[in-house]
Amino acid sequence: MSTQTEHQAHQGREPLDVNAPGVTQFDIVREGARRDDIEIVHYEPQVIPGTKAERRLTRVVASFFLLTGVAATAFLVVYIWWPWKYAPGRGGDKLFTPLLGLTMGVALLAVGFGILTWGKKLLPKEVSVQDRHEGVYSEDDRKITGQTMLYMADELGVKRRPLLGMSLLAGLAPVGAVAAAPLVGGLISQPHKNNQMFTTGFAPATDGKPIRLVREDGRPIRPADLSTGGQLTVFPGIEHGVSNKHADSPTLLIHLRDSDAEDSRVANARVGHGDYMWGNYVAFSKVCTHAGCPASLYEQQTNRLLCPCHQSQFHITDNAKPIFGPASRRLPQLPITVDEEGFFVAKSDYTETVGPDFWERP
Amino acid sequence: MKRRKFDMAAVPGKAAVGADERFQVATPLRGLLNKVFPDHWSFLLGEIALFSFVVLLLTGVYLTFFFEPAMTEVVYNGSYAPLRGTPMSAAYASSLDLSFDVRGGLIMRQMHHWAALLFMGSIVVHMMRVFFTGAFRKPRETNWIIGSLLFWVGFLAGFTGYSLPDDGLSGTGLRIASAIILSIPVIGSWVSSSIFGGEFPGEIIISRFFIAHVLLIPGLLVALISAHLGLVFKQKHTQWPGPGRTNGNVVGERMFPRYALKQGGYFMVVFGVIALMGGLFQINPIWLFGPYEAWVVSAASQPDWYVMFLDGSTRLMPAWEINIPIGDGYVIPPLFWPTVVLPGILVGLSTMYPFVEARRLKDHKSHNLLQRPRDVPARTAAGAMAVSFYVVLTLSGANDVIADKFQISLNAMTWAGRIGLLLVPPLAYYVVYRICLGLQQHDREVLAHGVETGIIKRLPDGRFVEVHQPLSAADGHADGHGELEYVGWVVPKKMNRLGALGPAIRGFFYPIERPAEAPVSPGHPPVEPRPEREEITSGESRH
Repeated sequence: MSTQTEHQAHQGREPLDVNAPGVTQFDIVREGARRDDIEIVHYEPQVIPGTKAERRLTRVVASFFLLTGVAATAFLVVYIWWPWKYAPGRGGDKLFTPLLGLTMGVALLAVGFGILTWGKKLLPKEVSVQDRHEGVYSEDDRKITGQTMLYMADELGVKRRPLLGMSLLAGLAPVGAVAAAPLVGGLISQPHKNNQMFTTGFAPATDGKPIRLVREDGRPIRPADLSTGGQLTVFPGIEHGVSNKHADSPTLLIHLRDSDAEDSRVANARVGHGDYMWGNYVAFSKVCTHAGCPASLYEQQTNRLLCPCHQSQFHITDNAKPIFGPASRRLPQLPITVDEEGFFVAKSDYTETVGPDFWERP
Repeated sequence: MKRRKFDMAAVPGKAAVGADERFQVATPLRGLLNKVFPDHWSFLLGEIALFSFVVLLLTGVYLTFFFEPAMTEVVYNGSYAPLRGTPMSAAYASSLDLSFDVRGGLIMRQMHHWAALLFMGSIVVHMMRVFFTGAFRKPRETNWIIGSLLFWVGFLAGFTGYSLPDDGLSGTGLRIASAIILSIPVIGSWVSSSIFGGEFPGEIIISRFFIAHVLLIPGLLVALISAHLGLVFKQKHTQWPGPGRTNGNVVGERMFPRYALKQGGYFMVVFGVIALMGGLFQINPIWLFGPYEAWVVSAASQPDWYVMFLDGSTRLMPAWEINIPIGDGYVIPPLFWPTVVLPGILVGLSTMYPFVEARRLKDHKSHNLLQRPRDVPARTAAGAMAVSFYVVLTLSGANDVIADKFQISLNAMTWAGRIGLLLVPPLAYYVVYRICLGLQQHDREVLAHGVETGIIKRLPDGRFVEVHQPLSAADGHADGHGELEYVGWVVPKKMNRLGALGPAIRGFFYPIERPAEAPVSPGHPPVEPRPEREEITSGESRH
């Protein structure tokens, strides 16, 4: 904006010869402001040099800065000599981080307040007015720029030689695709590889042997291990069965009371799951059909299973039907039985899709 | 050998001349030093976001020196005894090491997290300031859009960031994120599988999130923030109406020295507050959550606050599943609407708002003067509607904790949220609209009749009236009321604002400059009565 501004007439104030004798520093500052279309309309010192007030404020600012030095030094002292290694119990190491925060915070706040006091109290107050210069560029300028661009377009002659433009576009289009291809091609992953979205770790092994239900530590489970009303998270007894590699396999094994088991059997029969229970034991997927969190809060009295993420509630004795909250699909049931050694096994994999819903879920 | 005399005092001047000869900086530098900024406390909210971002960059770089973004299984053997011997991912183990085995690592981690929360918080408050004062109007629509995008990019930065430690809580968040992606019709399972490199959780997501969190997203943030600031600089800041302030000028302080000094101090204060919070207030104690295991979750699993409104919308959504009976059948799960469609609508509404308003008001002029919220009741009320919508969703994101702490049924909380989401925003619109009109009316009243003085006068006929102090000199009106025009700025409503209070006494413990007069009475600060303050009569102004 420099030259243009300089040539423009300035309302009110005459240009100043900055080389003239007797011109003060402030005069030059004011002339500079004028050249930037700024008028300093009010400039008032807040403290009179040499007064008590000035000395007092200077002392305040200086003490802030010195406090920073003290706090920063304290930070270093704490950092170097304070016991910091974690030890169980209520040791002094628990104070390490709070002390670091305190000293660093005080150091920074003090320097901040020092600078703020300096700026707000010691420097002169001013009110300046600057022109915004919106629309300072004339219609002529717009026209010149527009015509220049059109002229350049004409020189390129895309209009006269349309083949150039079209062939360039046609040539560049695949280049764009070349840039995208490695990214898309590298990242893309077929979601239905090995039918992975519809199978879990409970799918019988290749030799057709049913998979055992195991605890978190890998031990198989006998019916007697679970008291009436009890529940246990179980996993497929395969390699990595108890790990995030089989994040869709965690299952809740519940030992129902007699009356609840009876309700459950009736409900099971209604949806064709007549033989999914073993005795009074029932097993449902622990992966919520809504967003995939573990639905793990089991309320024994009402036979409700609550997912703590979005509060979907499933009625266990009614085929884990969703009865409240955003889940729309019941928890899949795992058909279970007991093998000849007396351990729980899955008769087959889940017969419904486990986990959160997706478009092509049948 | 003759030593050349070295003139120390001339060095800066010479260096400056040398620099100008090479780079021709004198003129542009003068413009920069002189640039005028208007000042108001509400203009400083966005700065908090900027300063938090600087702290985020500083602490974030520190964290990368120690964090290992890998999902390789390791057995923890660090200082934190309760988890020793636990198999976990390398990412979680290195996050634990950062907290326990890197000296001063924990405060850096906590400062980083607090700075992120403050970054998002100040973005939201700054956005509300810009909205309610009409600062988004032409010519600043572009900057409004950039600002809205900054919220969402910051949201992504936050989510990818707090997912990195791979602890029990963040893993659950990732699980939900994968379910959200899965819920997108047609392409959901492909996108999810491509991002996670197979079925959830896979073994690559942490390193992908890491590069997004430390390079791609910060790069985008830096670009957007630079554009945001560059536009503020180019278009010059808006200002409140007031004496001498017009649509065509900026009234304030030149950038140097006072304004810049205050900004520097302000940055230090923000930095200091973050340091205090990072040291004194625990945030995200990942060692309590344990490593992520797909079958473990605890009650009260909440995301960071800026994600909570989406958690709330997910909780409130009824279980409406759409089945499309073609072929084997297709599903649009209920999760799709509150987590994909709703944010899409919110982005659209917020970015389009400046254009919608301009079209509705047929207002295509440039505006550099701000509006008080009360003067644009429709916009203020619409904003209140948006805020209340957001608040209901955010509270619903914590409805299980509220239900637990206040002994309310969880189902009742969900239903209150569902009903509240539909009822509260229109109610907020109506109430805020009326409040705006009331405030406007009171402004007009004061302009017409003056400020209440608290002095009751008895008229000859026995009536009591309160004496009002008019704001303007009488100009021929028989009742002494002048005609004052509302200029869009604060109307004084208390006598104190008109100088009825004595002059302020400076000094913290004792007055530093004692006025000439002796104290009126012990215990009272010495006040010099103003000679012109006579008894106020029926509202005639003095000449």
